[in-house]
Order: sequence, then structure tokens, then C-alpha cells
Amino acid sequence: MPENPIYIARSSAIAARALAGEMMVMNSADSTFFTLNAVATAIFQAADGHTPLREIVRDRVCEQFDVDPEQAEADAEQFVAELSGHGILLVSNQPLASEKPR
Amino acid sequence: MVALRKVACVEIGGTPIALATSNEAFLDLLRQRYDGFLSASRPEFELEFDLESARPASDDDVRVSREGDEWLIKRGDFHACWDPRSRRGNVRHTANPYSLDSVLRIVHSLILAERGGFLLHAASAICDGRAFLFSGVSGAGKTTMTRLAPPGITLLTDEISYVRPSPDGYSAFGTPFSGELAKAGENCKAPVSALFFLEQGPENRVGELSSTEAVRRLMRNILFFAEDQGLVEKLFATACDFVARVPIRRLTFYPDARVWDLVREFEPNFQGVPQHA
Repeated sequence: MPENPIYIARSSAIAARALAGEMMVMNSADSTFFTLNAVATAIFQAADGHTPLREIVRDRVCEQFDVDPEQAEADAEQFVAELSGHGILLVSNQPLASEKPR
Repeated sequence: MVALRKVACVEIGGTPIALATSNEAFLDLLRQRYDGFLSASRPEFELEFDLESARPASDDDVRVSREGDEWLIKRGDFHACWDPRSRRGNVRHTANPYSLDSVLRIVHSLILAERGGFLLHAASAICDGRAFLFSGVSGAGKTTMTRLAPPGITLLTDEISYVRPSPDGYSAFGTPFSGELAKAGENCKAPVSALFFLEQGPENRVGELSSTEAVRRLMRNILFFAEDQGLVEKLFATACDFVARVPIRRLTFYPDARVWDLVREFEPNFQGVPQHA
């Protein structure tokens, strides 16, 4: 039986900006900053609340980057958990309403 | 009893603010402290000062919070409210110049945040018609840079730089907010040619900084006190825009006057940094 899908959405309490090809994300509640690499940026940009993380990894990560699918999924789950802990991403086992960052 | 209000208009960063008080001695203190920044311009904003005798001097952190349309600014030695819509505010405080500077800095930081500018923990100076900013944590060398400035350099501030957007980029203005130098800057402005983050070292050297590191350092050194998500986001957008339009470098310097030769000769090969939201 497949595991429960993970859905991710960007929090509305963040500001994101790409500068010189790098994505910077700031939690505006506490002004903490994160710089995302290319893989993390691909996941972050695909976090629409209704595409399961596994699909995002398959379509946006494995398609574009030379990575092992199992490793990519494990890394993505770790990355999502970390950003969720900082209030950047919302995570659920149910589809989420899309929150557009400002 | 009718108390006559007296007004001094203080213009910092091209933003004239009327400072009103009914206390003659306090008005004198205002005029002395902001001599060089007194203006005959029509004020854009007004702050009314009510003196109190009982508030103790304070090292408390300032709190700036929003209540409806008003900003509340509180510290042990003063209590102010500021309404950006009516462009007026009121300050209750002791006749202490540090309280006065603090309130003015906070009000300017709020005005600037809405206008795409900022106050920066940085010394700044004009050299050959170009403004240079020197930022860093306390002890990094802001005041030292200004002390080492050779003749012909116009000092804008040794502590708090005033930065506003302009059609061609950003401009830096002189401020009366001084640090260890205890000397107000000149009341003039120039286009910002570069921002240097200072680090003391064994030699004078200009080094590169990545755009993301520049944004991170810039945000860390911008003076901003308000607990307000919308304004913090605006400030982030402004910091990214500044980094995209102004060369930002690391300046390692050995404290001698030759560092100014590096600054004077600084000609970046800078085409701007692509950015998008």
C-alpha cells in the first residue's frame, strides 16, 4: 500500500526573490533568510499545495537533474521538513489551499 | 493657560519634518543639535514634543508596533505615536538629545521604508562627486574610515547613512546622526557609487561578495525596528533592488590613509545584477 502523499505549499508569510540566478527566501515574521540551490528552487517553485511531493521530485527534479530517484525523494523530504520548521513551507497529507507569497 | 507652540523644521534626506514644542529651552536644544539641517522648506510631516520630567534615561530596546493606522514607538525614556496618513505624530519624552535622535531615526526609517529607501549602519562620504558607503558591525572601522579621510572628502556621516532611490540608482544624504566621531555630517547628497562592507586586515584590498551574501549583510545592517510583515517585505525588495543596481564589495583595510586611494580609484566593471520576484 502506497504511503500517504505529502503536499507542500508556500507560506504567505514569506518573500522570495531570485537574484543573479539564486533564489533567496525570507520569513518576514522573523527576517530569517535562506538561499536555495537549483534543486531546492525547483521544489520550492512547484509547491502549489496540490501536487504531491513525489510527483514534484519525479517531474521537476529527476527530469532536470542527474540524481538517484530514491535519494532525491529522501533529500526532498528532509528539505521540506527543514523549511516547514522555519515557516517557509506548509506541509500536509491533504491538498492545501495555495498561498501566494508576496 | 495658552502655551505658544514653536517650530523648527529639520530636513534630513530631503524630507523636511516640523518639530514643534512649547518649551523654549528645548527648541534651543533642537536648533543646536540639528544646526546645518534646519530648513525653510515646507514641512512634509510634523512631530509635536511634550516634555516630561519623570522618565528615566533608558537602555531598553525600542518597540515599534502598529495599532490601527498609527505606529506606537516605545522605549523607557520616550513614548511616541506616529500616523503616516495624517503625517503627524506626538512624542512624550525627557529633554534628552538621545531620545530625540532615536525618535527621528525611527520616524525616518518608517518613511523611507515606504519610499524604497533605508537607513544603514554605515559611514558615508563623497569623493570626487561620488558617494561611498562603509558598513559593518560595531568595531569594523566605520569611524576609523572617516578619521582617515584625506582633505577633499565630504563626510556624510560616521554612523547612520541615509539612502534613497533616485532615477539612476540610489543617493546618499548627509545626516546629523553621528557615532564616535561626535560630529554631524554635511547636509548634501551624491549618487551612491559603491557600498563596502568593512573588515580590518593586514592589507588594503577590495574583494567580491556574492549577491545573496550582499543582501544578507545589507539586511543585517539596515536600521529597522517595526514589527510589521508588510514593511519587512518591502525592505527585502528594496535590499534586493539595491544589490542589483549598486556595486557591493568587501573592503579589507589596514588602518592607514592609503585605503582611500583604493576607494578613489574604485571603478567597478558592473552591469547590474538580474533579478525577479
